Amino acid sequence: MSNADIYHEMIIDYSRNPLNFGKLENPDVTYHDSNPLCGDSIDIDLKIKEDKISDIKFHGKGCAICMACTSVLTELTKGKGIDDVKKINKNDILSELGLEHLQAVRIKCALLSLKVLKYALYSYLAKHLKVTEDADKLKEEAASLY
Amino acid sequence: MQSTDASLENIRKDFQILDRKVGDNKTLIYLDNASTSQKPKQVIDAITHYYNNYNANIHRAVYSIAQEATESYEKTRDKIAQFLNISKREEIIFVRGTTEAINLVAYAWGRKNIEKDDIIVTTEYEHHSNIVPWQILAKEKDAKLEYIGIDDNGELLLDQLDKYLSTGKVKLVTFSMVSNVLGTISDTDTIISKCKKAGVKTLIDGAQAVPHMKVDIEKLGCDFFAFSAHKMLGPTGIGVLWVRKDILEKMDPFHGGGDMIREVHKYETTWNDLPYKFEAGTPNIADVIGFGAAIDYLSNIGMDKIRQHEIEITQYALEKLSKVNSLKIYGTNDISKRGGVISFNFADIHPHDVAQIIDEEGIAVRSGHHCAQVLMEKLDVAATSRASFYIYNTKADVDALVNSLEKVSRIFKL
Repeated sequence: MSNADIYHEMIIDYSRNPLNFGKLENPDVTYHDSNPLCGDSIDIDLKIKEDKISDIKFHGKGCAICMACTSVLTELTKGKGIDDVKKINKNDILSELGLEHLQAVRIKCALLSLKVLKYALYSYLAKHLKVTEDADKLKEEAASLY
Repeated sequence: MQSTDASLENIRKDFQILDRKVGDNKTLIYLDNASTSQKPKQVIDAITHYYNNYNANIHRAVYSIAQEATESYEKTRDKIAQFLNISKREEIIFVRGTTEAINLVAYAWGRKNIEKDDIIVTTEYEHHSNIVPWQILAKEKDAKLEYIGIDDNGELLLDQLDKYLSTGKVKLVTFSMVSNVLGTISDTDTIISKCKKAGVKTLIDGAQAVPHMKVDIEKLGCDFFAFSAHKMLGPTGIGVLWVRKDILEKMDPFHGGGDMIREVHKYETTWNDLPYKFEAGTPNIADVIGFGAAIDYLSNIGMDKIRQHEIEITQYALEKLSKVNSLKIYGTNDISKRGGVISFNFADIHPHDVAQIIDEEGIAVRSGHHCAQVLMEKLDVAATSRASFYIYNTKADVDALVNSLEKVSRIFKL
Protein backbone atom coordinates (compact mmCIF):
# COMPACT_ATOMS: atom_id res chain seq x y z
CA MET A 1 0.00 0.00 0.00
CA SER A 2 1.48 3.29 -0.98
CA ASN A 3 1.49 6.06 1.54
CA ALA A 4 -0.75 8.36 -0.41
CA ASP A 5 -3.33 5.61 -1.07
CA ILE A 6 -4.66 6.04 2.42
CA TYR A 7 -6.15 9.32 1.25
CA HIS A 8 -9.13 7.77 -0.49
CA GLU A 9 -12.55 9.29 -0.99
CA MET A 10 -14.06 8.28 2.35
CA ILE A 11 -11.17 9.65 4.39
CA ILE A 12 -11.25 12.96 2.58
CA ASP A 13 -15.03 13.22 2.89
CA TYR A 14 -15.06 12.44 6.61
CA SER A 15 -12.21 14.83 7.23
CA ARG A 16 -14.07 17.61 5.43
CA ASN A 17 -17.47 16.79 6.89
CA PRO A 18 -16.93 14.83 10.08
CA LEU A 19 -19.90 12.93 11.49
CA ASN A 20 -21.16 13.71 14.99
CA PHE A 21 -18.98 16.77 15.22
CA GLY A 22 -19.83 19.27 17.94
CA LYS A 23 -20.63 19.36 21.63
CA LEU A 24 -23.42 17.81 23.70
CA GLU A 25 -25.31 19.83 26.26
CA ASN A 26 -24.95 18.38 29.74
CA PRO A 27 -23.03 15.26 28.74
CA ASP A 28 -22.86 12.45 31.29
CA VAL A 29 -19.18 12.20 30.65
CA THR A 30 -16.65 14.16 28.65
CA TYR A 31 -13.02 13.33 28.06
CA HIS A 32 -10.10 15.03 26.34
CA ASP A 33 -6.71 13.86 25.14
CA SER A 34 -4.11 14.93 22.59
CA ASN A 35 -1.06 13.58 20.79
CA PRO A 36 1.83 15.64 22.08
CA LEU A 37 3.99 15.25 18.98
CA CYS A 38 1.54 16.14 16.24
CA GLY A 39 -1.04 18.29 18.01
CA ASP A 40 -4.13 16.16 17.26
CA SER A 41 -6.58 17.04 20.01
CA ILE A 42 -9.96 15.36 20.59
CA ASP A 43 -12.80 15.81 23.09
CA ILE A 44 -15.62 13.26 23.25
CA ASP A 45 -18.97 13.92 24.97
CA LEU A 46 -21.27 11.01 25.85
CA LYS A 47 -24.88 10.76 26.93
CA ILE A 48 -25.57 7.46 28.62
CA LYS A 49 -29.07 6.13 29.26
CA GLU A 50 -29.90 2.69 30.62
CA ASP A 51 -26.42 1.41 29.86
CA LYS A 52 -26.60 2.64 26.28
CA ILE A 53 -24.69 5.40 24.52
CA SER A 54 -27.76 7.46 23.66
CA ASP A 55 -25.70 10.22 22.04
CA ILE A 56 -22.10 11.02 21.23
CA LYS A 57 -20.35 14.05 19.79
CA PHE A 58 -16.74 15.03 19.38
CA HIS A 59 -14.80 18.18 18.71
CA GLY A 60 -11.17 19.12 18.32
CA LYS A 61 -8.47 19.50 15.73
CA GLY A 62 -6.71 16.80 13.84
CA CYS A 63 -5.40 15.49 10.54
CA ALA A 64 -7.61 13.78 7.97
CA ILE A 65 -6.85 10.33 9.41
CA CYS A 66 -7.75 11.45 12.90
CA MET A 67 -11.01 13.12 11.84
CA ALA A 68 -12.11 10.21 9.63
CA CYS A 69 -11.41 7.59 12.29
CA THR A 70 -13.22 9.60 14.92
CA SER A 71 -16.22 9.91 12.61
CA VAL A 72 -16.29 6.13 12.14
CA LEU A 73 -15.85 5.49 15.84
CA THR A 74 -18.73 7.76 16.83
CA GLU A 75 -20.98 6.02 14.27
CA LEU A 76 -20.01 2.60 15.64
CA THR A 77 -20.76 3.80 19.15
CA LYS A 78 -24.01 5.69 18.84
CA GLY A 79 -27.02 3.82 20.23
CA LYS A 80 -24.93 0.81 21.27
CA GLY A 81 -24.89 -0.76 24.72
CA ILE A 82 -21.91 -0.05 26.94
CA ASP A 83 -20.88 -3.71 26.84
CA ASP A 84 -20.71 -3.64 23.05
CA VAL A 85 -18.82 -0.38 22.97
CA LYS A 86 -16.29 -1.73 25.42
CA LYS A 87 -15.46 -4.43 22.86
CA ILE A 88 -14.66 -2.05 20.01
CA ASN A 89 -11.01 -2.58 19.13
CA LYS A 90 -8.53 -0.90 16.86
CA ASN A 91 -9.11 -3.25 13.94
CA ASP A 92 -12.81 -2.33 13.90
CA ILE A 93 -11.80 1.25 13.18
CA LEU A 94 -8.88 0.62 10.84
CA SER A 95 -10.68 -1.98 8.71
CA GLU A 96 -13.71 0.25 8.29
CA LEU A 97 -11.48 2.76 6.51
CA GLY A 98 -9.05 0.36 4.83
CA LEU A 99 -6.22 1.51 7.07
CA GLU A 100 -5.03 -1.93 8.21
CA HIS A 101 -1.52 -1.17 6.98
CA LEU A 102 -1.19 2.35 8.29
CA GLN A 103 2.43 3.11 9.19
CA ALA A 104 3.48 3.23 12.81
CA VAL A 105 3.93 7.02 12.84
CA ARG A 106 0.30 7.57 11.87
CA ILE A 107 -1.35 4.91 14.06
CA LYS A 108 -1.66 7.41 16.89
CA CYS A 109 -3.66 9.72 14.63
CA ALA A 110 -6.10 6.90 13.85
CA LEU A 111 -6.52 5.64 17.39
CA LEU A 112 -6.56 8.82 19.48
CA SER A 113 -10.36 8.92 19.55
CA LEU A 114 -10.64 5.25 20.55
CA LYS A 115 -8.29 5.99 23.40
CA VAL A 116 -10.39 8.98 24.43
CA LEU A 117 -13.59 6.91 24.22
CA LYS A 118 -12.16 4.13 26.38
CA TYR A 119 -10.97 6.61 28.98
CA ALA A 120 -14.35 8.35 28.89
CA LEU A 121 -16.17 5.08 29.54
CA TYR A 122 -13.69 4.19 32.24
CA SER A 123 -14.25 7.43 34.05
CA TYR A 124 -18.03 7.02 33.74
CA LEU A 125 -17.99 3.45 35.02
CA ALA A 126 -15.56 4.21 37.80
CA LYS A 127 -17.71 7.12 38.95
CA HIS A 128 -20.92 5.16 38.82
CA LEU A 129 -19.39 2.17 40.55
CA LYS A 130 -20.19 -0.27 37.80
CA VAL A 131 -17.89 -3.22 38.35
CA THR A 132 -14.52 -1.63 38.96
CA GLU A 133 -12.61 -4.54 37.45
CA ASP A 134 -14.21 -3.87 34.10
CA ALA A 135 -13.43 -0.17 34.33
CA ASP A 136 -9.81 -0.84 35.15
CA LYS A 137 -9.53 -3.15 32.16
CA LEU A 138 -10.76 -0.32 29.92
CA LYS A 139 -8.18 2.01 31.36
CA GLU A 140 -5.42 -0.50 30.66
CA GLU A 141 -6.68 -1.02 27.13
CA ALA A 142 -6.74 2.71 26.50
CA ALA A 143 -3.23 3.16 27.82
CA SER A 144 -1.81 0.35 25.68
CA LEU A 145 -3.48 1.25 22.35
CA TYR A 146 -0.35 2.87 20.94
CA MET B 1 23.26 23.46 -8.78
CA GLN B 2 21.56 26.62 -9.85
CA SER B 3 23.36 28.80 -7.37
CA THR B 4 25.36 31.61 -8.85
CA ASP B 5 28.19 30.59 -6.60
CA ALA B 6 30.71 28.21 -8.13
CA SER B 7 32.02 26.91 -4.79
CA LEU B 8 28.64 25.41 -3.95
CA GLU B 9 28.22 23.62 -7.25
CA ASN B 10 30.03 20.42 -6.42
CA ILE B 11 29.11 19.91 -2.81
CA ARG B 12 26.12 17.63 -3.38
CA LYS B 13 28.47 14.78 -4.23
CA ASP B 14 29.74 14.87 -0.63
CA PHE B 15 26.27 13.97 0.63
CA GLN B 16 25.59 10.37 -0.39
CA ILE B 17 22.14 10.43 1.20
CA LEU B 18 20.95 12.93 -1.41
CA ASP B 19 21.12 10.13 -4.01
CA ARG B 20 18.82 7.73 -2.22
CA LYS B 21 15.29 6.93 -3.32
CA VAL B 22 12.25 7.20 -1.10
CA GLY B 23 8.48 7.04 -1.51
CA ASP B 24 7.49 6.20 -5.06
CA ASN B 25 11.12 5.62 -6.14
CA LYS B 26 11.75 9.36 -6.02
CA THR B 27 15.10 10.94 -5.20
CA LEU B 28 15.17 12.34 -1.67
CA ILE B 29 14.64 16.09 -1.50
CA TYR B 30 15.60 17.00 2.02
CA LEU B 31 13.93 20.19 3.28
CA ASP B 32 14.06 19.66 7.05
CA ASN B 33 17.38 21.29 7.79
CA ALA B 34 16.08 23.35 10.69
CA SER B 35 15.52 20.01 12.39
CA THR B 36 18.86 18.44 11.52
CA SER B 37 21.23 18.78 8.57
CA GLN B 38 22.70 15.98 6.50
CA LYS B 39 26.36 15.04 7.03
CA PRO B 40 29.03 15.19 4.35
CA LYS B 41 31.44 12.33 3.74
CA GLN B 42 34.24 14.34 5.38
CA VAL B 43 32.42 14.37 8.73
CA ILE B 44 31.50 10.69 8.60
CA ASP B 45 35.09 9.82 7.60
CA ALA B 46 36.57 11.81 10.48
CA ILE B 47 34.47 9.83 12.96
CA THR B 48 35.29 6.48 11.33
CA HIS B 49 38.95 7.40 11.17
CA TYR B 50 39.00 8.10 14.90
CA TYR B 51 37.37 4.77 15.77
CA ASN B 52 39.58 2.83 13.36
CA ASN B 53 42.89 4.49 14.16
CA TYR B 54 43.13 6.30 17.50
CA ASN B 55 40.13 5.44 19.64
CA ALA B 56 41.20 6.16 23.24
CA ASN B 57 40.00 8.16 26.19
CA ILE B 58 41.26 11.72 26.45
CA HIS B 59 43.05 13.95 28.99
CA ARG B 60 44.55 11.04 30.96
CA ALA B 61 46.66 8.31 29.45
CA VAL B 62 50.18 8.98 28.16
CA TYR B 63 50.30 6.46 25.32
CA SER B 64 50.34 7.67 21.69
CA ILE B 65 46.77 7.13 20.57
CA ALA B 66 45.39 8.75 23.73
CA GLN B 67 47.50 11.80 22.96
CA GLU B 68 46.25 11.84 19.39
CA ALA B 69 42.65 11.60 20.59
CA THR B 70 43.17 14.43 23.10
CA GLU B 71 44.79 16.64 20.48
CA SER B 72 42.06 16.02 17.96
CA TYR B 73 39.30 16.66 20.53
CA GLU B 74 40.92 19.89 21.73
CA LYS B 75 41.57 21.02 18.17
CA THR B 76 37.82 21.23 17.63
CA ARG B 77 37.63 23.68 20.53
CA ASP B 78 40.20 25.86 18.77
CA LYS B 79 38.32 25.60 15.49
CA ILE B 80 35.14 26.78 17.20
CA ALA B 81 37.01 29.67 18.79
CA GLN B 82 38.26 30.76 15.41
CA PHE B 83 34.94 30.13 13.65
CA LEU B 84 32.97 32.34 16.06
CA ASN B 85 35.74 34.80 16.99
CA ILE B 86 36.10 33.72 20.61
CA SER B 87 39.41 34.83 22.14
CA LYS B 88 39.35 32.56 25.20
CA ARG B 89 39.10 28.88 24.31
CA GLU B 90 38.32 27.98 27.94
CA GLU B 91 34.96 29.69 27.54
CA ILE B 92 33.86 26.93 25.18
CA ILE B 93 32.12 24.01 26.88
CA PHE B 94 31.11 20.85 25.03
CA VAL B 95 27.60 19.68 25.86
CA ARG B 96 25.09 17.34 24.22
CA GLY B 97 23.38 20.13 22.32
CA THR B 98 21.54 23.43 22.66
CA THR B 99 18.99 21.95 25.04
CA GLU B 100 21.64 20.76 27.46
CA ALA B 101 23.50 24.07 27.14
CA ILE B 102 20.43 26.06 28.21
CA ASN B 103 19.65 23.63 31.02
CA LEU B 104 23.26 23.99 32.20
CA VAL B 105 22.83 27.76 32.45
CA ALA B 106 19.46 27.44 34.21
CA TYR B 107 20.97 25.01 36.71
CA ALA B 108 24.50 26.25 37.31
CA TRP B 109 23.96 30.01 36.88
CA GLY B 110 20.22 30.39 37.40
CA ARG B 111 19.89 28.59 40.71
CA LYS B 112 22.60 30.77 42.17
CA ASN B 113 21.51 34.10 40.73
CA ILE B 114 17.72 34.07 40.32
CA GLU B 115 15.75 34.99 43.43
CA LYS B 116 12.13 35.42 44.46
CA ASP B 117 10.24 37.96 42.30
CA ASP B 118 13.09 38.24 39.78
CA ILE B 119 12.04 38.25 36.13
CA ILE B 120 13.39 36.05 33.35
CA VAL B 121 12.39 37.32 29.90
CA THR B 122 12.04 35.04 26.89
CA THR B 123 10.06 35.38 23.63
CA GLU B 124 6.93 33.95 22.07
CA TYR B 125 8.90 32.33 19.27
CA GLU B 126 11.20 30.23 21.42
CA HIS B 127 11.76 26.51 21.08
CA HIS B 128 10.59 24.54 24.13
CA SER B 129 14.26 24.20 25.10
CA ASN B 130 14.36 27.94 25.82
CA ILE B 131 11.08 27.96 27.73
CA VAL B 132 10.79 24.83 29.87
CA PRO B 133 14.14 25.12 31.75
CA TRP B 134 13.14 28.66 32.76
CA GLN B 135 9.66 27.56 33.84
CA ILE B 136 11.26 24.95 36.09
CA LEU B 137 13.69 27.50 37.54
CA ALA B 138 10.99 30.17 38.00
CA LYS B 139 8.78 27.69 39.88
CA GLU B 140 11.65 26.64 42.10
CA LYS B 141 12.66 30.21 42.94
CA ASP B 142 9.21 31.81 42.90
CA ALA B 143 10.46 34.05 40.11
CA LYS B 144 8.51 35.20 37.05
CA LEU B 145 8.80 34.26 33.39
CA GLU B 146 7.70 36.94 30.91
CA TYR B 147 7.39 36.84 27.12
CA ILE B 148 8.29 39.37 24.43
CA GLY B 149 5.42 39.08 21.95
CA ILE B 150 5.57 39.10 18.16
CA ASP B 151 3.81 41.24 15.55
CA ASP B 152 2.01 40.06 12.41
CA ASN B 153 5.32 39.85 10.54
CA GLY B 154 6.70 37.50 13.17
CA GLU B 155 9.08 40.12 14.54
CA LEU B 156 9.66 40.77 18.24
CA LEU B 157 7.81 43.67 19.88
CA LEU B 158 10.83 45.19 21.56
CA ASP B 159 8.89 47.92 23.38
CA GLN B 160 7.68 45.06 25.57
CA LEU B 161 11.31 44.39 26.48
CA ASP B 162 11.64 48.04 27.55
CA LYS B 163 8.60 47.64 29.78
CA TYR B 164 10.07 44.57 31.50
CA LEU B 165 13.52 46.15 31.86
CA SER B 166 12.01 49.26 33.46
CA THR B 167 10.82 47.17 36.43
CA GLY B 168 14.45 46.70 37.49
CA LYS B 169 13.60 43.07 38.29
CA VAL B 170 14.92 41.41 35.12
CA LYS B 171 17.97 39.17 35.64
CA LEU B 172 18.15 37.44 32.28
CA VAL B 173 16.86 37.95 28.74
CA THR B 174 17.03 34.75 26.70
CA PHE B 175 16.11 34.54 23.01
CA SER B 176 16.82 32.74 19.78
CA MET B 177 18.91 34.52 17.18
CA VAL B 178 16.77 32.95 14.44
CA SER B 179 13.30 31.51 15.04
CA ASN B 180 13.06 27.79 14.17
CA VAL B 181 9.48 28.20 12.92
CA LEU B 182 9.19 31.68 11.41
CA GLY B 183 12.80 32.08 10.39
CA THR B 184 12.78 35.58 11.86
CA ILE B 185 16.27 36.93 12.51
CA SER B 186 16.09 38.66 15.90
CA ASP B 187 17.33 42.23 16.24
CA THR B 188 20.16 40.92 18.40
CA ASP B 189 22.17 44.16 18.57
CA THR B 190 19.22 46.19 19.86
CA ILE B 191 18.23 43.58 22.43
CA ILE B 192 21.77 43.25 23.76
CA SER B 193 22.40 46.97 23.91
CA LYS B 194 19.14 47.53 25.82
CA CYS B 195 20.04 44.74 28.25
CA LYS B 196 23.59 45.98 28.72
CA LYS B 197 22.33 49.45 29.61
CA ALA B 198 20.05 47.86 32.19
CA GLY B 199 22.82 45.62 33.52
CA VAL B 200 20.90 42.48 32.51
CA LYS B 201 22.49 39.24 31.32
CA THR B 202 21.64 37.83 27.89
CA LEU B 203 21.52 34.29 26.55
CA ILE B 204 21.34 33.62 22.82
CA ASP B 205 20.02 30.35 21.41
CA GLY B 206 22.12 30.24 18.25
CA ALA B 207 20.97 26.80 17.05
CA GLN B 208 19.32 28.20 13.90
CA ALA B 209 21.90 30.94 13.33
CA VAL B 210 25.40 29.47 13.59
CA PRO B 211 24.84 26.94 10.76
CA HIS B 212 23.58 29.60 8.36
CA MET B 213 25.37 32.92 8.84
CA LYS B 214 28.56 34.50 10.10
CA VAL B 215 28.38 34.84 13.89
CA ASP B 216 30.93 36.87 15.83
CA ILE B 217 30.50 36.25 19.54
CA GLU B 218 32.96 38.91 20.68
CA LYS B 219 31.06 41.48 18.66
CA LEU B 220 27.63 40.33 19.80
CA GLY B 221 28.45 41.08 23.42
CA CYS B 222 26.04 38.54 24.94
CA ASP B 223 26.82 36.57 28.11
CA PHE B 224 25.73 33.05 27.16
CA PHE B 225 25.55 31.47 23.70
CA ALA B 226 24.32 27.97 22.80
CA PHE B 227 24.24 25.92 19.60
CA SER B 228 24.28 22.34 18.27
CA ALA B 229 26.60 20.53 15.87
CA HIS B 230 23.96 18.42 14.15
CA LYS B 231 22.27 21.36 12.46
CA MET B 232 25.58 22.43 10.89
CA LEU B 233 26.71 19.23 9.12
CA GLY B 234 28.06 17.73 12.36
CA PRO B 235 26.95 14.67 14.31
CA THR B 236 24.07 14.49 16.79
CA GLY B 237 24.78 14.49 20.51
CA ILE B 238 27.27 17.33 20.58
CA GLY B 239 26.90 21.06 21.02
CA VAL B 240 28.48 24.07 22.61
CA LEU B 241 27.79 26.40 25.47
CA TRP B 242 29.86 29.55 25.46
CA VAL B 243 29.91 31.65 28.62
CA ARG B 244 31.79 34.90 29.27
CA LYS B 245 34.72 33.96 31.49
CA ASP B 246 34.01 36.23 34.46
CA ILE B 247 30.55 34.63 34.74
CA LEU B 248 31.77 31.10 34.11
CA GLU B 249 34.34 31.40 36.88
CA LYS B 250 31.61 32.09 39.42
CA MET B 251 29.33 29.29 38.28
CA ASP B 252 29.06 26.04 40.24
CA PRO B 253 29.50 22.76 38.35
CA PHE B 254 26.59 21.19 36.50
CA HIS B 255 27.54 17.52 36.77
CA GLY B 256 29.96 16.00 39.28
CA GLY B 257 32.31 13.19 38.29
CA GLY B 258 35.56 12.42 36.54
CA ASP B 259 37.54 15.00 34.58
CA MET B 260 35.81 17.97 36.24
CA ILE B 261 37.84 17.70 39.47
CA ARG B 262 41.25 18.83 40.67
CA GLU B 263 41.42 16.84 43.90
CA VAL B 264 38.81 14.58 45.44
CA HIS B 265 38.91 13.72 49.13
CA LYS B 266 36.39 11.78 51.14
CA TYR B 267 34.22 14.76 51.99
CA GLU B 268 35.34 17.55 49.74
CA THR B 269 36.50 18.21 46.22
CA THR B 270 38.20 21.05 44.38
CA TRP B 271 37.23 21.80 40.79
CA ASN B 272 39.29 21.50 37.65
CA ASP B 273 40.13 24.55 35.54
CA LEU B 274 37.77 25.91 32.89
CA PRO B 275 36.33 24.52 30.72
CA TYR B 276 36.90 21.03 32.19
CA LYS B 277 35.00 21.90 35.37
CA PHE B 278 31.88 21.70 33.18
CA GLU B 279 32.79 18.59 31.21
CA ALA B 280 32.28 15.74 33.67
CA GLY B 281 32.79 12.15 32.55
CA THR B 282 34.13 10.78 29.29
CA PRO B 283 32.83 13.17 26.66
CA ASN B 284 31.51 12.41 23.20
CA ILE B 285 35.02 12.27 21.74
CA ALA B 286 34.22 10.86 18.29
CA ASP B 287 31.49 13.37 17.62
CA VAL B 288 33.57 16.33 18.80
CA ILE B 289 36.14 15.22 16.24
CA GLY B 290 33.40 14.92 13.61
CA PHE B 291 32.19 18.38 14.60
CA GLY B 292 35.68 19.70 13.86
CA ALA B 293 35.44 18.30 10.33
CA ALA B 294 32.04 20.00 9.90
CA ILE B 295 33.50 23.36 10.89
CA ASP B 296 36.34 22.87 8.42
CA TYR B 297 33.80 22.09 5.72
CA LEU B 298 31.73 25.21 6.42
CA SER B 299 34.83 27.39 6.76
CA ASN B 300 36.10 26.22 3.39
CA ILE B 301 32.91 27.40 1.74
CA GLY B 302 32.62 30.56 3.84
CA MET B 303 29.63 31.56 5.94
CA ASP B 304 28.86 34.67 3.91
CA LYS B 305 28.51 32.54 0.78
CA ILE B 306 26.25 30.13 2.62
CA ARG B 307 24.01 32.98 3.79
CA GLN B 308 23.91 34.39 0.26
CA HIS B 309 22.94 30.99 -1.16
CA GLU B 310 20.13 30.62 1.38
CA ILE B 311 18.86 34.11 0.65
CA GLU B 312 18.56 33.17 -3.03
CA ILE B 313 16.80 29.87 -2.35
CA THR B 314 14.49 31.34 0.30
CA GLN B 315 13.55 34.32 -1.83
CA TYR B 316 12.81 32.00 -4.73
CA ALA B 317 10.72 29.73 -2.48
CA LEU B 318 8.77 32.67 -1.03
CA GLU B 319 7.94 33.86 -4.54
CA LYS B 320 6.89 30.41 -5.75
CA LEU B 321 4.91 29.45 -2.67
CA SER B 322 3.09 32.77 -2.50
CA LYS B 323 1.62 31.95 -5.91
CA VAL B 324 0.07 28.69 -4.67
CA ASN B 325 -3.65 29.20 -4.01
CA SER B 326 -4.85 28.87 -0.41
CA LEU B 327 -1.30 28.67 0.93
CA LYS B 328 -0.55 30.83 3.94
CA ILE B 329 3.07 31.66 4.71
CA TYR B 330 3.97 32.77 8.23
CA GLY B 331 6.58 35.40 9.03
CA THR B 332 8.20 38.27 7.23
CA ASN B 333 8.75 38.74 3.49
CA ASP B 334 11.80 40.88 4.22
CA ILE B 335 14.60 38.50 3.31
CA SER B 336 17.15 40.50 5.30
CA LYS B 337 15.17 39.55 8.41
CA ARG B 338 14.50 35.90 7.53
CA GLY B 339 16.69 32.81 7.63
CA GLY B 340 16.12 29.84 5.32
CA VAL B 341 12.96 28.67 7.08
CA ILE B 342 9.42 28.84 5.70
CA SER B 343 6.42 27.70 7.72
CA PHE B 344 3.10 27.45 5.95
CA ASN B 345 -0.39 26.04 6.04
CA PHE B 346 -2.21 24.79 2.98
CA ALA B 347 -5.95 25.53 2.97
CA ASP B 348 -7.62 23.54 5.76
CA ILE B 349 -5.40 20.51 5.29
CA HIS B 350 -3.57 19.31 8.35
CA PRO B 351 0.24 19.56 7.94
CA HIS B 352 0.60 15.85 8.70
CA ASP B 353 -1.52 15.01 5.70
CA VAL B 354 0.48 17.41 3.53
CA ALA B 355 3.78 15.90 4.71
CA GLN B 356 2.61 12.34 4.13
CA ILE B 357 1.37 12.98 0.60
CA ILE B 358 4.47 14.84 -0.53
CA ASP B 359 6.68 12.17 1.03
CA GLU B 360 5.52 10.04 -1.90
CA GLU B 361 7.37 12.51 -4.12
CA GLY B 362 10.51 12.12 -2.02
CA ILE B 363 10.08 15.44 -0.27
CA ALA B 364 10.95 15.65 3.40
CA VAL B 365 9.35 18.59 5.19
CA ARG B 366 8.56 18.84 8.84
CA SER B 367 4.97 19.00 10.06
CA GLY B 368 3.82 19.64 13.59
CA HIS B 369 4.34 22.24 16.25
CA HIS B 370 8.15 22.28 15.89
CA CYS B 371 8.62 22.25 19.68
CA ALA B 372 7.12 25.74 19.75
CA GLN B 373 3.63 25.34 21.17
CA VAL B 374 3.63 28.83 22.68
CA LEU B 375 4.09 30.20 19.16
CA MET B 376 1.44 27.84 17.70
CA GLU B 377 -1.02 29.22 20.27
CA LYS B 378 -0.08 32.74 19.27
CA LEU B 379 -0.58 31.93 15.55
CA ASP B 380 -3.78 30.10 16.52
CA VAL B 381 -2.88 26.94 14.62
CA ALA B 382 -2.38 23.35 15.80
CA ALA B 383 0.58 22.85 13.52
CA THR B 384 2.38 24.09 10.41
CA SER B 385 4.35 22.56 7.57
CA ARG B 386 7.93 23.78 7.46
CA ALA B 387 10.48 23.76 4.67
CA SER B 388 14.00 24.73 5.67
CA PHE B 389 17.03 25.00 3.42
CA TYR B 390 20.76 24.44 3.56
CA ILE B 391 23.84 24.57 1.37
CA TYR B 392 22.94 21.55 -0.77
CA ASN B 393 19.39 22.64 -1.61
CA THR B 394 18.64 23.98 -5.07
CA LYS B 395 15.91 25.91 -6.83
CA ALA B 396 14.92 22.59 -8.39
CA ASP B 397 14.15 21.32 -4.87
CA VAL B 398 11.81 24.28 -4.39
CA ASP B 399 10.11 23.54 -7.72
CA ALA B 400 9.60 19.92 -6.65
CA LEU B 401 8.00 21.09 -3.41
CA VAL B 402 5.65 23.44 -5.20
CA ASN B 403 4.71 20.75 -7.75
CA SER B 404 4.05 18.22 -5.02
CA LEU B 405 1.54 20.58 -3.44
CA GLU B 406 -0.55 20.23 -6.59
CA LYS B 407 -0.97 16.55 -5.79
CA VAL B 408 -2.13 17.45 -2.28
CA SER B 409 -4.55 19.91 -3.78
CA ARG B 410 -5.93 17.24 -6.12
CA ILE B 411 -6.37 14.60 -3.42
CA PHE B 412 -8.08 17.05 -1.11
CA LYS B 413 -10.18 18.45 -3.95
CA LEU B 414 -9.20 22.05 -3.38
